[in-house]
Amino acid sequence: MSTDRKVGKPILLQGNAAVTLGALDAGVQFFGGYPITPSTEIAEILAKELPKRGGKFIQMEDEIGSIAAVLGASIAGLKSMTATSGPGFSLMQENLGFGMQTEIPCVIVNVQRGGPSTGLPTSPAQGDIMQARWGTHGDHPVIALYPDSILECYELTIRAFNLSEKYRTPVILLMDEVLAHMRESVVLPPKDKLKIIHRIKPNVPPEWYKHYMRNPKYISPVASFGEGYRFHITGLTHDESGFPTQVPEEVNDMMDRLLRKITDNLDDIIQIEPFYMDDAEIAIFAAGVVARSAKEAIIQARKKGIKVGLIRPLTIWPFPDQDVENMLESTRAVIIAEMNQGQLINEVKRVTKYGQHSRFYRIQKYNGLVITPDEILRKIAEVA
Amino acid sequence: MKNIPQKVIHRYLRHDKKFPHVWCAGCGNGIILGDLLRAIYNLGLEKDDIAMVSGIGCSSRMPVYVDFNTLHTTHGRAIAFATGIKMAKPELKVIVITGDGDVSAIGGNHFIHAARRNIDLTIIIVNNNIYGMTGGQCSPTTPIGKFATTAPYGSIEPNFDLCELAKCAGASFVARTTAFHTTEARQIFEKALQKKGCSVVEVISQCPVSYGKMNNMSSAVKMLELQRDNTLPIAAYEKLPEEKRAGKIVRGILHDVEKPEFIDQYQKLVDSLSLQKQDESKKEDKSSKSEESKSQE
Repeated sequence: MSTDRKVGKPILLQGNAAVTLGALDAGVQFFGGYPITPSTEIAEILAKELPKRGGKFIQMEDEIGSIAAVLGASIAGLKSMTATSGPGFSLMQENLGFGMQTEIPCVIVNVQRGGPSTGLPTSPAQGDIMQARWGTHGDHPVIALYPDSILECYELTIRAFNLSEKYRTPVILLMDEVLAHMRESVVLPPKDKLKIIHRIKPNVPPEWYKHYMRNPKYISPVASFGEGYRFHITGLTHDESGFPTQVPEEVNDMMDRLLRKITDNLDDIIQIEPFYMDDAEIAIFAAGVVARSAKEAIIQARKKGIKVGLIRPLTIWPFPDQDVENMLESTRAVIIAEMNQGQLINEVKRVTKYGQHSRFYRIQKYNGLVITPDEILRKIAEVA
Repeated sequence: MKNIPQKVIHRYLRHDKKFPHVWCAGCGNGIILGDLLRAIYNLGLEKDDIAMVSGIGCSSRMPVYVDFNTLHTTHGRAIAFATGIKMAKPELKVIVITGDGDVSAIGGNHFIHAARRNIDLTIIIVNNNIYGMTGGQCSPTTPIGKFATTAPYGSIEPNFDLCELAKCAGASFVARTTAFHTTEARQIFEKALQKKGCSVVEVISQCPVSYGKMNNMSSAVKMLELQRDNTLPIAAYEKLPEEKRAGKIVRGILHDVEKPEFIDQYQKLVDSLSLQKQDESKKEDKSSKSEESKSQE
C-alpha cells in the first residue's frame, strides 16, 4: 500500500492510509491497537512506519488495553492514537471516559461498520454516532469529527490531534467503512503549510504546578510524567491538584471545567460545510459518504430548478446547533439522510424551533449499502 | 528541635494532602507501602523517576499517598496503562500496585500479556483473598470453602496461584512474601525493582474487616500470625517431606531468570531500522554521485 508522502503531486490514496499520513504529519508517536475490520490498515501501516521514525507501536491484547496504553503513553508525553471499529469502540468506552475525566489528549479513530454486535464487519453504517456522544457513562462533552473524502480523512486526522492537544481531551474521528477502503486521488499540502498544535507545557516551578489549574479559558498547561512535576491522576472526581474530592463545590468546579472548555470554544471546534444553501428551500442534512451522494443529487435537482442544498457537519460533536438552526430558518423542509435507524434526525429536530418546520423527511438505510444519489433525488422530488 | 525523628517513609508521603487514609484498622496496605518505600529509599531511586500506577480496589489507593508520578486508573487496567507509560518513557521506573481481584479477575488478560512480553514493570499484588473496597465479595484467590458475601455457602471455585500464573505466562521474576515478613518484603521489593523484566511480587495481606470477619479471623493479629505460621521460605519448603507440605504457602524468590525484555527488544528494532535507513541513504548518495559523474563525462 502506498504511503509515500509526495507533495504537490496527486497520489492514489486509501482512506485508512490517509489517516496514517495525517497522524504522522500531526506528529503521532504512539499507536496502541487491536486488529479489527475495517480499520486494520491503520494499525498495519503504523506498525511499519512508527518504528522507522523512532515512534512506538504496540498491538495490545484487546481494545481495552489498547486505549489504556494510548492514555498511558500520552500521560508520559507522546501524541498517541488508536483505531478501531464498533465492537472495539464498545470495549474502549470506559477508558474513553477516563481520558475525558482526566483530560488526556489522544485520538480514537472509529471506522464504523454495521452493528449491533458483530453486525456487518465489511459493510458501511453510521450507527455509532450516538455511541460516540454518549457511549461512556456520566455527563461529558465530546469532540467527534466526520470526514467525507480521502483528503478530509487526512486533514481531519491532523485536526483531531490539534483539538485533542489544545483542549486536553480524547477526540474521536468517526469514519465510514466506504471511505476507509475507497481510493481517491489526493494532493497533500506541503508540510510547512500545516498548522500543528502541541499541548501547552507548564512554565512554573514544580511546587506551583497544579495539573488542572483553574483559569478563565478552562484549559491549563499539562506536564508529563517524568518531567519533574510530580502529580496525581485519578478517574475519581478530583480537585485542581488532581486529588480525589467529594466536596460539592470542587465537584462542580471540575464538571464545569470539563464542559466549558468545550462549550466556550464552539467557534473554534465546530466546522460545517454548507453546499448550495444560500437560496435553498429544501435542505439535506447528512455526514460522511451520505453527504457525497447528497451533493450529486443536489446538482441533478438544481438542473431541474429545485432549490435544494446540503448542510454537512465536519464536526459532528459538539453538534453544530446554532449553524443548523440558522441555516434551516429559511427552508421549508429538511431531509435527514443517514445510514442508521435515526440518530441525527433527533438532533436536527432538537435544534429547530418548535413549529418552525412542519416537514421533516427521513432517508434511513441500514442494510449495509450506501445511500445513493438516486435515492436522495427521489426524496427531493417527493418533497418538492 | 534536633531530636525530631525523621523516618524514611516521611520523605515520600504526601503528608499535607491525602491523610487520613482510607484503609481500615488492621489492614496490611500501610505495612506493605512502608516496605516498598524503604526499598525505594535503599536503592536511592529519585521520586521524579518513579511512576506508580494502580487499578481499582483498596491497595490501588496507594499511589495517591506517595510523592511520585502517580496514576490511579480503571479497574483491572493498571498494567495496560503502565505498558503505555513504559514504552513512552523507558527511563521511568514503573511500579504497578494492584490487588488479587484487580489483577487476576478483571485485569487477568493484561497481567498474562505483560508477563508474556516480559516488559520491565514491577507488579506488586496485594493479595487479601477478597474484594475489600466493595465489602467482601469472593475473588479468584478466595480459597475453596472460604466465605464471602457472594459466596455465603463457601466458595466452590478453585483459586488461582498468582505466582504460578505469572511464571507460566513468562514473567522473568516471581516472588511471594507477606505483610507479616516486613524485612523479607523489603528485600524482595529491592530485588524486583532492580530486575530488568516483568517482575511480579505477590504479597499476602490481611483484611480483618471483610475477609476475616466472615472466616472466623476478625483480629488482624491473628491473621498476621497465620501468615507467619502457614508460610515458609522456599528452601525450608523443599526440605519438607511431601506429606507435610499440604496447606503450606511458599515464600521467597520463586523464579528468577534472564530473558529478553520487551522495551529492549523494541529499541533494538528501532536501532536496526535506523541503521538500515542510513545504509540506504549512503547507497543512494553513492548511486546519485556516480550518475552525476557519468553525466559529467
